[in-house]
Amino acid sequence: MGKDLSSALRPVVVMTILFAALLGIGYPLAMTGLGQLLFPAQANGSLVRATDGAVIGSSVVGQAFTTDRYFQTRPSAAGKGYDGLASSGSNLGPTSQALVDRVKGDVARMRAQGIAGPLPADLVTASGSGLDPDLSPASAQAQVARVARVRGLAPERVAALVAQQTEASLLGDPHVNVLALNRALDALR
Amino acid sequence: MTFAGWALILGFVAILIALTKPVGLWLFALYEGRRTPLHIVLGPVERSFYRLSGIDPQAEQSWRRYALHMLLFNAMLMAFTYAVLRLQGVLPGNPQGLPGLSPHLAFNTAISFTTNTNWQSYGGESTMSNLSQMLGLTIHNFLSAATGIALAFALFRGFARRQAQTIGNFWADMTRVTLYLLLPLCVAYTLFLIASGVPQTMAGVVDVTTLEGAKQSLLLGPVASQEAIKMIGTNGGGFFNANSAHPFENPTALTNLVQMLSIFLIGFGLTWTFGKAVGNTRQGWAILAAMTVLFLAGVTVTYWQEAAGNPILHALGTAGGNMEGKEVRFGIAASALFSVVTTAASCGAVNAMHDSFTALGGMIPLFNMQLGEVVIGGVGAGIYGFLLFAILTVFVAGLMVGRTPEYVGKKIESREVKLAVLAIAVLPLMILGFASLSSVLEQGLAGPLNKGPHGFSEILYAFTSAVANNGSAFAGLTANTPYYNWLLGVAMWVGRFFIIVPMLAIAGSLAAKRYTPESAGSFPTTGALWVGLLVGIILIVGGLTFLPSLALGPIADHLAMIRGQSF
Repeated sequence: MGKDLSSALRPVVVMTILFAALLGIGYPLAMTGLGQLLFPAQANGSLVRATDGAVIGSSVVGQAFTTDRYFQTRPSAAGKGYDGLASSGSNLGPTSQALVDRVKGDVARMRAQGIAGPLPADLVTASGSGLDPDLSPASAQAQVARVARVRGLAPERVAALVAQQTEASLLGDPHVNVLALNRALDALR
Repeated sequence: MTFAGWALILGFVAILIALTKPVGLWLFALYEGRRTPLHIVLGPVERSFYRLSGIDPQAEQSWRRYALHMLLFNAMLMAFTYAVLRLQGVLPGNPQGLPGLSPHLAFNTAISFTTNTNWQSYGGESTMSNLSQMLGLTIHNFLSAATGIALAFALFRGFARRQAQTIGNFWADMTRVTLYLLLPLCVAYTLFLIASGVPQTMAGVVDVTTLEGAKQSLLLGPVASQEAIKMIGTNGGGFFNANSAHPFENPTALTNLVQMLSIFLIGFGLTWTFGKAVGNTRQGWAILAAMTVLFLAGVTVTYWQEAAGNPILHALGTAGGNMEGKEVRFGIAASALFSVVTTAASCGAVNAMHDSFTALGGMIPLFNMQLGEVVIGGVGAGIYGFLLFAILTVFVAGLMVGRTPEYVGKKIESREVKLAVLAIAVLPLMILGFASLSSVLEQGLAGPLNKGPHGFSEILYAFTSAVANNGSAFAGLTANTPYYNWLLGVAMWVGRFFIIVPMLAIAGSLAAKRYTPESAGSFPTTGALWVGLLVGIILIVGGLTFLPSLALGPIADHLAMIRGQSF
């Protein structure tokens, strides 16, 4: 056993160093180089810029919309809401009173905005990441009347915009990217 | 439940079945130590690794030596990561200027990644520097996976060899799997992920002024390279706290499908490799059939429950399935499928928060892990765990007809059965023991976020996930405390290596036996009867043990939920 141990020592130490260099340094650095070369936009976070060049967000990550003139995003448990440094779901279980209270509050808020009928589930639930970039088409359509009223636009035009921005998907559910939708909304006149 | 949802689930299984033989063949070449086309590029790397570390890859090892070298290597890797995490504050590659980790968190995390668990007591973005993610964590994603596959190869040799004293060479197995399988797959996979929107940069935080004029900080980093091996190696430790629910880890429905496929890819392939190694590929397909039956049963329950939604929230004026903790771009079906895939394998990545699933929808991930993750399972770990159950099953079948049981040409005798039971007993002992302890101790009870039966489920899930080396969580549990970090660390270590060592002992004992050809009295281990018996034994031995604990947790929670009671 003693001889076994000492004969194992060199491979154990040297292999750790070699693999650490190859897999812990070489591989991620090589992939970073390749990624920056081939797909620089995505590798750097798919950032979205305004016409003046200022960064206004990422096309893949959600940001908070809370005012009535924009399509509002889902509730978020990431920090104080859509915190990019604290992604998280609420982790409230199905029988949690805290969940019931939160959903009750959000349902009341939606009713106050004039949204009637059964609410689409995603509109009043927090996502897994707290950074969900999307809404379901139903949740966006539910907000059309309010957005049109606040902006003084014809509801049909806003509804058509939602339909136009909806991405169908074979592999997941249809969804609307809220940042893209709201930017398109700002471009309407 | 929708047609599109079922099409996704069945299409997912069909793609994997189509990939089983090609992947199995590739693995078989590595098992045999054959030359592959990749040797032209990577052969010199392999040889230089052996030369520098003084390894003779042809030198065969006994099971004891194989186990010793594997254990020492893993202990060394664990110590290495512990040091990297503790020293994070003074090491480079730390654009956020994060401090070193506390001893209990570094201990927990080092064990977690060494054992292929990737339980995360920490939030990635607020705790880990880029260097820690790469050097401290990514290397384990490769090497713990390669260790698992190497161990499976060792057990295959135990079944395949006749009157042999050795079961292969750990260093050769581990190195070949890393260089000729994991690394090339990950290079292609990483590029696909980057093209789909996963960041890959050494930069840190980007500050953003949102359309409404608020400030938002987005964290970037070497995400894609870690994401690729996180899935391929069934590791599951995410760059971000929200794991594969985070849009930077899993930006589209397509990346989501590929992530799910990549969790199962090697596990499916290994069943074929086993069949080939023992000289009858039907043996491999029979194992895959039993696994697939258990898998689809689990998916059905979770998808059904999540699509039905939460009646308590319906009463408040909402409609539709349960979307709490789920992302819109995936929806119910792809989230339910992911949760069953990740817990059937020992991956533990999540694209939705299991803690917020409906009671029974969340019970299936828990139950999958309690079965020992033998439904496909972790890379390597799944098949060797499953073969322990196969040994138990032929033993039970042998008892019924009063004959010495045989499996793929080897007599299964008292030593193998004792060792298999020893390995299988680790799971209930550790899970139920630690969960019970934590349900009465003050430090344990401080953990759960949710009240009522769901709080108990959170504790039970944590220890199940740790012992089974899964790493997913009912993440409401506050686990980053000294109590949970130390205890879960021990649970992960025991759950990995206290199964591996008896398993290697079985490999050694089987290798030494002579070949027993199949006769009229042998119990056939390929047909439907065998598959049914296997499924039955796994459910009874693996599952029934945990039924009382499930009754106290998810089942009680479900009964409360349908009565509209909240806590």
